[in-house]
Amino acid sequence: MYQFSGKLKTFSIALMIIGALGVGYSFFSAPKTVEDAKEILASQHDSHGSAVATHDSGAEETSAHEEGKKEAHAEGSSHSEADADAHAEHVLHQLQNRPWAATYVALFFSLGITLLVLAFYASQRVAQAGWSVVLFRVMEAITANLVPTSILMFVVVMLSATHFNHLFVWMADGTFDPSSPNYDAIVDGKKWWLNIPGWAIRSAVYLLGWNIYRYIIRKNSIAEDTANDGNKTYKKNYHASIIFLVFFMITESMMSWDWIMGLDPHWFSTLFGWYVLATLLVSALTVIAFVTIYLRAKGHLPFVNDSHIHDLAKFMFGFSVFWTYLWFAQFMLIWYADMSEETVYFIARFNDYKVPFLAMVVMNFVFPILLLVNSDFKSRPWFVVIGGLVILAGHYIDVFVMVMPATVGDQWFIGIPEISAMLLFFGIFIYAVFSSFAKASPLAKGNPFLHESEHFHYYNIEHQGEENQH
Amino acid sequence: MSNKVIHAFYNDDDILMDAVKKVKSANHHIEEVFCPFPVHGLDKALGLAPTRLAITAFMYGVTGLGVAIWMTNYMMIQDWPQDIGGKPNFSWWLNMPAFVPIMFELTVFFAAHLMVITFYMRSRIWPFKKAENPDPRTTDDHFLMEIPVHNNEEELTSLLKETGAVEINVVEKH
Repeated sequence: MYQFSGKLKTFSIALMIIGALGVGYSFFSAPKTVEDAKEILASQHDSHGSAVATHDSGAEETSAHEEGKKEAHAEGSSHSEADADAHAEHVLHQLQNRPWAATYVALFFSLGITLLVLAFYASQRVAQAGWSVVLFRVMEAITANLVPTSILMFVVVMLSATHFNHLFVWMADGTFDPSSPNYDAIVDGKKWWLNIPGWAIRSAVYLLGWNIYRYIIRKNSIAEDTANDGNKTYKKNYHASIIFLVFFMITESMMSWDWIMGLDPHWFSTLFGWYVLATLLVSALTVIAFVTIYLRAKGHLPFVNDSHIHDLAKFMFGFSVFWTYLWFAQFMLIWYADMSEETVYFIARFNDYKVPFLAMVVMNFVFPILLLVNSDFKSRPWFVVIGGLVILAGHYIDVFVMVMPATVGDQWFIGIPEISAMLLFFGIFIYAVFSSFAKASPLAKGNPFLHESEHFHYYNIEHQGEENQH
Repeated sequence: MSNKVIHAFYNDDDILMDAVKKVKSANHHIEEVFCPFPVHGLDKALGLAPTRLAITAFMYGVTGLGVAIWMTNYMMIQDWPQDIGGKPNFSWWLNMPAFVPIMFELTVFFAAHLMVITFYMRSRIWPFKKAENPDPRTTDDHFLMEIPVHNNEEELTSLLKETGAVEINVVEKH
């Protein structure tokens, strides 16, 4: 049995504390009033340098940004002052959103990765895969992270539904009221789907459904170890996994509409659910590879050989290409037809998020392609770790670029709120995963494919770093 | 001295694998092994060098990508930059997304076809080529190991008999 080492536990708790402090600080330091926002805007422009200061031609809050606005409007100064106020209020909302959005990105990323590990695990059971049985306990342990992240997600869902934040613009008061200045006819037309009770109930159903499957499969997987009942338990788990996969495919799609696409309620894309799935699936496989490599290096997985690592890396490689395919299919179809109601989505991203938007294509496609195309490289843990780090960072940026433009607009930055939210969820991940791994035998013994998995050998590579019994 | 070889026949791939290992460990050179189907691990047992076909395919793919980039840039941007439906043709990068399907397909096309042709050339197979199998049974249900004889016919025969060969022939090779 594996023992959750005190060192690792302390490390994860330290991450959680540092992360929580950072998240708390970012909420505390977010501006409260329009005046705060104006001050922040002014200081931003000050720090933008002396170029602006050299031509202070009248208006007090001079800035390249607002001047550009004035010229564009070409109207009286009183009007531009009102404009400036409206702008400051807009920025205030964005700045207030930032700690929420930063936490939301990290939370969704952590929850989504865990969910996709669960789905991948279910698919391995349904496919009766012969190679991955020795990794079942690793995957099960990772899915333990589903419980805390689901609870936190539910809290965030409830806080959003009760107007503690402005993450989802369609939840603002008066959106569905024709007599309100906030009225939005387009969103009103989507009221049958985008309404707070429906949204909250759906969210609860997704989270509950996933957690129920995880609870059942984990319990029965451990029961399988000692079942000895002519594979009855095994078959039960097989059927449970089939049912879960159907449920998962439907809820994953709806979850991506509700939780991500709902941030831009004027915009829609049909392959969005797949796209979110691909992002999370690559990250999930990378995380499985990381935890496996770590535990194997510590000597807790003696039955995992280089071929298992090689297979995981192959999946990382293949689904990186799959992600790129979906990313490009979504981008190119919208770019090509250039219909304004669709293109705004990418204009917002290309104008304000150029570096992350382009960097993620390099990190999620070019880099893994070149690094993991070679069979020998795929079986070397340290190569897989290098590739995986870039993939994980790239897909964090991907989720970042999905969420941030709709919530904080051009006020984005990867600073204290973002990094501390990541640390917080990384700490929760380590704690949940490794304490769960310590609770069961590291080998899923009752599985009829166990023997095949233990002797799994991909013909094309030489095993290293373990005794080669083949 | 004439050029003699021993043909040892086997009727099971497991027995063949053991025989190959035994013959190798007795330090005899195995000229060739004929099989009706791929036997996993035979190349490793024979000590054959790994194939480099995948490396050639990668280079062919890069070539195809280069051709596609050159072609789209020359045709659509440099030679006749027409305004077609408002697509930006001021530079290759601005119109790049529209070229990606071509770039992808040509990369695959070059990688696949040139690798296959490389394979044909390296394994010397082409239409109307005279078949080289020494015994028709090797395409159906027998495995054949060919070992050159250097005045050690007796010794080889007894060794091969031990390995479970079902038939051993000494033949002149032309």
